[in-house]
Amino acid sequence: MSWHKTPIALMAKALAAKEVSSQELTQYFLERIKAGQRWNAYLDVNAHLSLEQAAIADSLISSGKSSRLTGIPVAHKDVFVTRGWKSTAASKMLANYVSPFDATVVANLGLPTEQNPHGAGMVCLGKTNMDEFAMGSSNENSAYGPVLNPWNAEHVSGGSSGGSAAAVAAGLAPIATGTDTGGSIRQPAAFCGITGIKPSYGRVSRYGMIAYASSLDQAGPMGKTAEDCALLLTAMSSHDLRDSTSLADSGEDYARYLNQSWQAGSSSAKPLEGLRVGLPKEFFAEGLAQDVANAVQAAAKALQDLGATLVDVSLPKTKLSIPVYYVLAPAEASSNLSRFDGVRYGHRASEYRDLSDMYKKSRTEGFGAEVRRRILIGTYVLSHGYYDAYYLQAQKIRRIIAADFQAAFKQCDVILGPVAPDVAWRLGEKSKDPVQMYLEDIYTLSTNLAGLPAMSVPCGFSAQNLPIGMQLIGNYFSEAKLLQVAHQYQQASDWHLRQASEVA
Amino acid sequence: MKLDDVQRIAHLSSLDLSQAEAEAVLPQLQAVFSLVAEMQAVDTSGLQPLAHPILFLRDLAQPLRLDQVSETDHRVENMQSAPAQQDGYFLVPRVIE
Repeated sequence: MSWHKTPIALMAKALAAKEVSSQELTQYFLERIKAGQRWNAYLDVNAHLSLEQAAIADSLISSGKSSRLTGIPVAHKDVFVTRGWKSTAASKMLANYVSPFDATVVANLGLPTEQNPHGAGMVCLGKTNMDEFAMGSSNENSAYGPVLNPWNAEHVSGGSSGGSAAAVAAGLAPIATGTDTGGSIRQPAAFCGITGIKPSYGRVSRYGMIAYASSLDQAGPMGKTAEDCALLLTAMSSHDLRDSTSLADSGEDYARYLNQSWQAGSSSAKPLEGLRVGLPKEFFAEGLAQDVANAVQAAAKALQDLGATLVDVSLPKTKLSIPVYYVLAPAEASSNLSRFDGVRYGHRASEYRDLSDMYKKSRTEGFGAEVRRRILIGTYVLSHGYYDAYYLQAQKIRRIIAADFQAAFKQCDVILGPVAPDVAWRLGEKSKDPVQMYLEDIYTLSTNLAGLPAMSVPCGFSAQNLPIGMQLIGNYFSEAKLLQVAHQYQQASDWHLRQASEVA
Repeated sequence: MKLDDVQRIAHLSSLDLSQAEAEAVLPQLQAVFSLVAEMQAVDTSGLQPLAHPILFLRDLAQPLRLDQVSETDHRVENMQSAPAQQDGYFLVPRVIE
């Protein structure tokens, strides 16, 4: 059985029917991880611990105490702290760091315990590679080497959740968690040909998620299908008293609309009748690669064939989302990363003169170049004399960006556009010029600034056979509706089923 | 932004940049700030800053918990990744001579 090609929705059925055990599935993926080390998708694997969890999952299943996802293996982005596995955020700063507690996402998906009775019973396969502290768009900023794209090993996986994306695409995990601060779930999902969703801000707890930019960070699932993402998001999302920004209206069945038509009474040939899909003209302007534009336009046509109506909308401040984001995110990062001082945990320099020198040397040695750069930018925009011109101005424009979306949603139910201007670029192609890389985030940043849910869905391939993703953006708390649209599209297309030829 | 600014913010960031490193990072920061300068053309008079996406939807009530002990002692686990420790305390270089 090719379990690495099997969506978790079917894996759950096989487990419930006792056609396979969690231990067999876990062993299967651990072997694939070992054979697939060339992608550099994982930073820490512990077969013994995974199999131990799988044995417990099997006993839950045989004693009738399992829930829907019990026994299914999952990989966690290394930004989530986990007991048992190292939690490094792909930084030298946290090399060998082992957390005394599990992130809420990890606990929600993990085995049920007395303290955590609602655990979904999934098995942790290990921790996936990422850009250091989630800062990057190509995974080349990892202190432990870049992740290679399973579709072409000379190309980047995207970032920052590149390890999770490559693990799913290469069949080294059935599904994985990711985080998205400016596109870090959607862009690697697009580059690796998988499906991913960043929920509305506040849906998924940030407790135990190593912080980058707290008002933008949001976790979500990365899987093979919209249905798989809906199942994982349902288990991930909860109202968490340990996160003051966790919303009370979290925790719903995000899969509830998947097999329904958009409006009651539509024919099965036109399940999306009544759906208005907005195409923002700024998302199809200069800078978009032709094959990406063609693929997204073809996806729009496919949605139209399913009954949807296409409408032109405008998000006038799209281009400005880049400077706004690259002021606000570094500002928050400079504050969040001040905790790394070499005192309580993390890297400490071996030689220093005094306490201040110890801070400086530990931080300079522990952080990589991009992280240092963002700390410097953030410190500058928050410093005396620059705060109003940069930080405050960015926050005011952020309000305009959020309001522009509301104006667009008066005319449409979902917004459709590309995830990124181009497909996965060659390793090293953009790493010399940070601004060049920042410009690649143009279509994903605005939804984080506004806190909206958005997803990436495979919709085609470039001339060099690299995957292309379309982006679907919904209004606040409309994840279940977004997933419904994506699921209906995936019933009528097979882009998400394609597998890289290098992945047997 | 000038080289002096780089060294000043490096100090504020508790980072230790050599002259060569500061010179290398300066043009990169200048490029970022020329991108950021595009924001200045936007008229934002009368607009409130949006510090947080939820504030766009609703007031963010400060969630409060009951004033009860909820945590047990995790001292040993919490100190397992300390770079230096002694007698159950985090060890730092002497600060008072």
